[in-house]
Amino acid sequence: MAILVNKQSKIIVQGFTGTEGTFHATQMIEYGTQVVGGVTPGKGGNSHLERPVFNTVADAVKHTGANVSIIFVPPAFAADAIMEAAEAGIELVICITEGIPVQDMVKAKNYLLGKNTRLIGPNCPGVITAGECKVGIMPGFVFKKGKIGIVSKSGTLTYEAADQVAKAGLGISTAVGIGGDPIIGTPTKEAVELLMNDPATEGIVMIGEIGGSMEADAARWIKDNNRKPVVGFIAGQTAPPGRRMGHAGAIIGGADDTAAAKMKIMAECGITVVQTPAEIGSTMAKVLKK
Amino acid sequence: MNLHEYQAKELLKKYSVPVQEGIPVDNAGAAEEAYKQLKVQFGNNFAVVKAQIHAGGRGKGKIQGTEQRGVAVGKNAEDIKQIASNILGGTLVTIQTGPAGKKVNKVLIAQDVYYSGANPVKEFYLSVLLDRAKGQNVIMYSTEGGMDIEEVAHNTPDRIFKEHVHPGGGLQPFQARKIAFNLGLSGEAFKNCVKFVTNLYNAYVGLDCSMLEINPLFKTSDEKIIAVDCKMNLDDNALMRHPELEALRDISEEDPTEVEAGKYNLNFVKLDGNVGCMVNGAGLAMATMDMIKLSGGEPANFLDVGGTANATTVEAGFRIILKDPKVKAILINIFGGIVRCDRVAQGVIDAYKSIGDIRVPIIVRLQGTNAEEAQQLIAQSGLKVQSAILLSEAAALVNKAVS
Repeated sequence: MAILVNKQSKIIVQGFTGTEGTFHATQMIEYGTQVVGGVTPGKGGNSHLERPVFNTVADAVKHTGANVSIIFVPPAFAADAIMEAAEAGIELVICITEGIPVQDMVKAKNYLLGKNTRLIGPNCPGVITAGECKVGIMPGFVFKKGKIGIVSKSGTLTYEAADQVAKAGLGISTAVGIGGDPIIGTPTKEAVELLMNDPATEGIVMIGEIGGSMEADAARWIKDNNRKPVVGFIAGQTAPPGRRMGHAGAIIGGADDTAAAKMKIMAECGITVVQTPAEIGSTMAKVLKK
Repeated sequence: MNLHEYQAKELLKKYSVPVQEGIPVDNAGAAEEAYKQLKVQFGNNFAVVKAQIHAGGRGKGKIQGTEQRGVAVGKNAEDIKQIASNILGGTLVTIQTGPAGKKVNKVLIAQDVYYSGANPVKEFYLSVLLDRAKGQNVIMYSTEGGMDIEEVAHNTPDRIFKEHVHPGGGLQPFQARKIAFNLGLSGEAFKNCVKFVTNLYNAYVGLDCSMLEINPLFKTSDEKIIAVDCKMNLDDNALMRHPELEALRDISEEDPTEVEAGKYNLNFVKLDGNVGCMVNGAGLAMATMDMIKLSGGEPANFLDVGGTANATTVEAGFRIILKDPKVKAILINIFGGIVRCDRVAQGVIDAYKSIGDIRVPIIVRLQGTNAEEAQQLIAQSGLKVQSAILLSEAAALVNKAVS
């Protein structure tokens, strides 16, 4: 089971022949992911990594039956790539690209409304269903197979959490890196909802950071729909207001988007909130035993 | 990227947004000349001197060691010259600058907008920003202008209006009219406000702003609608398509260590604590700062070295962090995924040797690919570097270093 991606998923890589696309496509193939081809406009008809290259996403879908796309194209062209994938009928678009202008994402997000396409990211590490399918840039070996789902805005913090969960004798069902930009395709709440409805997931780790209201929205939803233990952490308790902390979306704008405010709401909604990332794994093990 | 008021106003004029006119100057003599020019142009004896810094609260803020406010009205050339010389070169402390304040290198000599006329003047508030949850731009406005909008939102939320703009269709005329009606305008002022809002929204989108705030939005006694102040933030990610805006960056407003870090493509934010840190990934970097605090220290910085933590980036990181004499220890926290920990460890060793004498303890926590090999490398290096694999071990080492 698990969510979003599995052994049957057929993946195309947009920005296939570029440095990043080539490197990570190779890693995904080694992991066992079904990469069926790629798209690089102007290089259609060629072969790359023993797979066909197409000029358009529509061509790639027609010839390969792909239902998932991963995007590595540069920031200036990434929103266009997202819309092209949606138009071609791709069900799941995972955008790794960091640095997309926010007005481009306003357009792309609006373009996806009413279409049968889910966007993950941008500015995210991707999605991995342990032992089955890796569509992203994460180190696959860290994600040992198990029954804990992860939803996170951050890359390396996700790896950290997955590693701790594995060391605590648990493992990962699916980990979803939702991205650190102000506008992303799948907010925390939607990713948590998918995991809550997934029979293969028994517990959820939810990692957020300063900025925006996504964690509070997710917490309120969890309060009303809680069926599985949730361990939460918010990065940026020591971040100063008004400064962008690496991620474009990680900026404290008002009293509601501080780490303290989010952690308070999460705790009130029944989430087990940890004060330090060092306790994510051990805390999950504890709450699962209860 | 932040802009100065005078720069933002110049950009708004290109989009036909009427502004309070003014001339930026950097010395008292030029301030006097600017005043004379404005007097000829507008036939008004009064003018305003406005300190140009990247922070709000200038009108209430004072120049350090004096009673001079950051925004002041003068009634003749002598007056303006005096105020300008009081402000220029001084350090302006406002509620937003913190106690250190900001040095004022430029003042804007601006027209007096309170000139007399047939109708009363009025002050409003209007801003365009991103509603992250909806994924849409929103125009936020209020009849209560010229004051702290957060306070208005808190005390009288019913006086704040929001108009969301559809990403496909853009701002529609009926929306601009609705805003002007809600502000209680009629006649010429109403028409001028509709034009103002429409053009301002075009500027917001056209310049790729992340925030555009007009406070106060001003109705003059002759029914003009103008921007008296303007705070404009540009989307850093969009600067690639506006090379001409990149030239407006004022690095004297930025922390010098942050500017230097930028040269090495390091994502660095200076903080006030005693434990420096170097981390791969923004989320893990923030989490590491939090962990330093829980271990009894205070983070001295945010530093994301990104996906390639090699000897060059690590050395640059070391040098930048060590510029701060308050730093008592440095924690390097790398989760090696694609990047191998033994390579990072070698980078740390090489950087350490290249710098030579590092007087503070270095704690290196490497986890992930080849973490054990990395720990061995560091143990064999003979350098005063403590290593950890678990995050909790690193936290304990930080605690030991600061207590």
